[in-house]
Amino acid sequence: MKHLLSINDLSKAEAISILDTAQELARVSDGPMKKLPTLRGRTIVNLFAEDSTRTRISFEAAAKRLSADVINFSAKGSSISKGESLKDTAQTLQAMGADAVIIRHGASGAAQRLADSHWMSGAVINAGDGTHEHPSQALLDAFTIRRHLSKGGSDLAGLRVAIVGDVLHSRVARSNVLLLSKLGAHVVLVAPPTLLPVGVESWPCEISYDLDAVISNVDAVMMLRIQLERMNELFFPNAREYSRYFGLNSDRIRALKADAIVMHPGPMNRGLEITADAADGARSVIVEQVANGVSIRMAILYLLLAGSQEIGAAL
Amino acid sequence: MSLVLPAPDISRALTRISHEILERNAGSTSITLLGIPTRGAHLAKRIAEIISKIENAPIQVGTLDITLHRDDLRMRPPRALMPTMIPSLGVEDRNVILIDDVLFSGRTIRAALDALGEIGRPKSVQLAILVDRGHRELPIRADYVGKNIPTSREQSVVVHLTELDGVDEVVVEGSAE
Amino acid sequence: MTQTNYLLKGTCLPDGSKSDIEIRDGKITAIGAMLPKAADAIEIDLTGSVVLPGLVDLHTHLREPGKEDAETVLSGTMAAAKGGFVAVSAMANTSPVADTAGVVEQVYALGQSAGFADVFPIGAVTQGLQGEALSEIGAMADSRARVRIFSDDGNCVFDPLVMRRALEYVKKFDGVIAQHAQDPRLTIGAQMNEGEISSRLGLKGWPAVAEEAIIARDILIADHVKSRLHICHLTTAGGVEIIRWAKARGMDVTAEVTPHHLLLTDESALSYDPIFKVNPPLRTQRDVEALREGLADGTIDIVATDHAPHPAEAKECEWQEAAFGMLGLESALAIVNQTMVATGLMTWEAVADRMSHAPARIGRYTDHGQKIAIGNLANLTVINPSQSYRVDRDLVASRSRNTPFHEMDLQGVIAATFYRGQPTYLNGKLTPQGGR
Repeated sequence: MKHLLSINDLSKAEAISILDTAQELARVSDGPMKKLPTLRGRTIVNLFAEDSTRTRISFEAAAKRLSADVINFSAKGSSISKGESLKDTAQTLQAMGADAVIIRHGASGAAQRLADSHWMSGAVINAGDGTHEHPSQALLDAFTIRRHLSKGGSDLAGLRVAIVGDVLHSRVARSNVLLLSKLGAHVVLVAPPTLLPVGVESWPCEISYDLDAVISNVDAVMMLRIQLERMNELFFPNAREYSRYFGLNSDRIRALKADAIVMHPGPMNRGLEITADAADGARSVIVEQVANGVSIRMAILYLLLAGSQEIGAAL
Repeated sequence: MSLVLPAPDISRALTRISHEILERNAGSTSITLLGIPTRGAHLAKRIAEIISKIENAPIQVGTLDITLHRDDLRMRPPRALMPTMIPSLGVEDRNVILIDDVLFSGRTIRAALDALGEIGRPKSVQLAILVDRGHRELPIRADYVGKNIPTSREQSVVVHLTELDGVDEVVVEGSAE
Repeated sequence: MTQTNYLLKGTCLPDGSKSDIEIRDGKITAIGAMLPKAADAIEIDLTGSVVLPGLVDLHTHLREPGKEDAETVLSGTMAAAKGGFVAVSAMANTSPVADTAGVVEQVYALGQSAGFADVFPIGAVTQGLQGEALSEIGAMADSRARVRIFSDDGNCVFDPLVMRRALEYVKKFDGVIAQHAQDPRLTIGAQMNEGEISSRLGLKGWPAVAEEAIIARDILIADHVKSRLHICHLTTAGGVEIIRWAKARGMDVTAEVTPHHLLLTDESALSYDPIFKVNPPLRTQRDVEALREGLADGTIDIVATDHAPHPAEAKECEWQEAAFGMLGLESALAIVNQTMVATGLMTWEAVADRMSHAPARIGRYTDHGQKIAIGNLANLTVINPSQSYRVDRDLVASRSRNTPFHEMDLQGVIAATFYRGQPTYLNGKLTPQGGR
């Protein structure tokens, strides 16, 4: 594996090996060794053509704990916002000797374009491309679910996960459907029909329009951020109606199974897709997801960059 | 392929090393054994059992994975990480004995010293090794050696342990040009 | 200008018969076996090749005026000659838009002076392609360019009243409205065919219904006002069904399909390489099969290339930032050979109809689409259908390189193109014929 562009790039065994590596790295990070020399001398560029402070600092923390040099190249004030093309940006990064580029971009497929083009030779890590995928987020979600619910198993066999909300515009949902089903979980997408893509029936998951019918029967419920602008694009009548049918509130929390967990990739719209008491309650693992994000991203960087690319990959 | 250390010899070597560790550190109270995965970890456990029997006391024993500190990461495919398990008293002010199966270039031990340095500041660090095959590339030597086995660079020394391989033996593969 | 005379030896006519063809003073002067070579004629051995009436394209973007970095009338007609075309129809979405007599006359004159093919300008239906006020349709029809086809291609004439008026107005001079059928409200931000692949790629969908709804509406309007409607680049199985339904009721509608829609599917988008980004988008295999069937049974009247050159930077970028469109002229006949003739779906006579007779008839291009017969103009295309070649974007005659067929093997090599009796393309070389 040279790049991480999509969950489709990973076999089940490779996905599990990322989770296992993250688990070891989490243990290392919890201990006194905060910083490892593993990627000393490597240059990693955070190319963020779209604002995302949390994903950027998560990757930055991961890279720095592995002693890599990190260059932040973000939208505001950079040439990307002045209309520089992806090609010119990539060639600039190549000239600066980037070993890896972590790219967040508003265009679906931007990471793959960067990887497939001959504009640069480094590894490309997709940190979210348009409405396509966000593989590191799905890996940290799977990691969080495994920690809480798999009872020592290496995969997620037998678990049921509901992903609720704006699936149509969600790269988190796309990556999670692919990864969680690959790891043996049963995924149910819950959304108003307007927020499910045409063609979703070909995805490896179940579809439901009724959160109440699903919620009592899942081990994890993952809420997706809903943007209020969607209302003006006629996807749903108004925020109140959306919350009533698809929001996670205390009544729905009570309907959950005893050990079920509540997840959210952030940033949350409190009061819209999730109420404050649901977000902060005992079931919520939302803060832990953030911490796990660093371990997962360390694992990705280690597995992509530590080895020699000529020899190929253990992954 | 030649058998250089059969099972009884391994057992005797570990017993002797155990006694030497005790003698040099004046007992077991100050020592912490850290095995380097995979086979070093099993050897550490065995030595801990022997010392524990002699001393009739529990021994501080753990593992130290050095993968993330290796200096040859760029030359090989990335490898899976092994657990690091530091025993309850930590390493601070302890006499730490690193344990591995084969001492060759010395680079693994250099990485182990780096990894250890990240964890704390031991009083001393000592090195116990089942087989020293020579060809050092760094100024590193073992304090306790099961057996010195002269080899050529082209040969490989393979340690089998019952815990992993069902048999205790050390064999040398390849010809000694 | 003095004309060279030619004797084409060993060709196969569209009906399958083997014949030599003599060309003298720009016309076909003899057809038959073992024709003797006149002293002043050049003999060309074309054994194993099929000769067709010169190809006519009803849908070409020549980009001049305004986008001469992508294509010019000269480079576009060179690409046409290399692809076997003797006439192309220049779409109106230039800059300035071809919505006045002045612009269409300029494009027409550029074609005449280039000397590789006749260039028939298409006039815009509405001013600036804005879909609101009619352009100077009558003046363009009466100009030296004699415009008969009007289209806002690139944009749909969405307002049904505007469409109705345009259809009515062109009846005055037997014109035709060529509609780019795309409901703009259903395709806001659309990037590719809406379906399984778009759902996975997270690219905004361009649903088949956005095309079919407009086709159905316009067929009914055209029938109501008894005018001529032509549907550009049909792409969906549903669209084929609607056209079939209309023709069965005797409605005066014609339709075209592009070579790329006969060959490629939306799975190409899996690469995220915008070389495959085109409007209307590549559809599914089921649609491809329906289009082939429709072309074979005559539901679809013609093949048109929608040749759409773009400069490199318009494609060397993210998919959603990239321009729509792909080159088509140079590879069109090979793709038709490969998808329709080699598969047994169509005869060469049918190819002659779909790529020469029928497009010339729709455009009212009286000098084109004539049968290969003694006394007719020698506009001829010769193809070697059994030979294959590998497409190389660096070797195209077009000024742009955005062919989706780069490094693909296509079956069918153009051996010669004769434009008014003179070769514009022969032995792999382009030769201008210096206007008339």
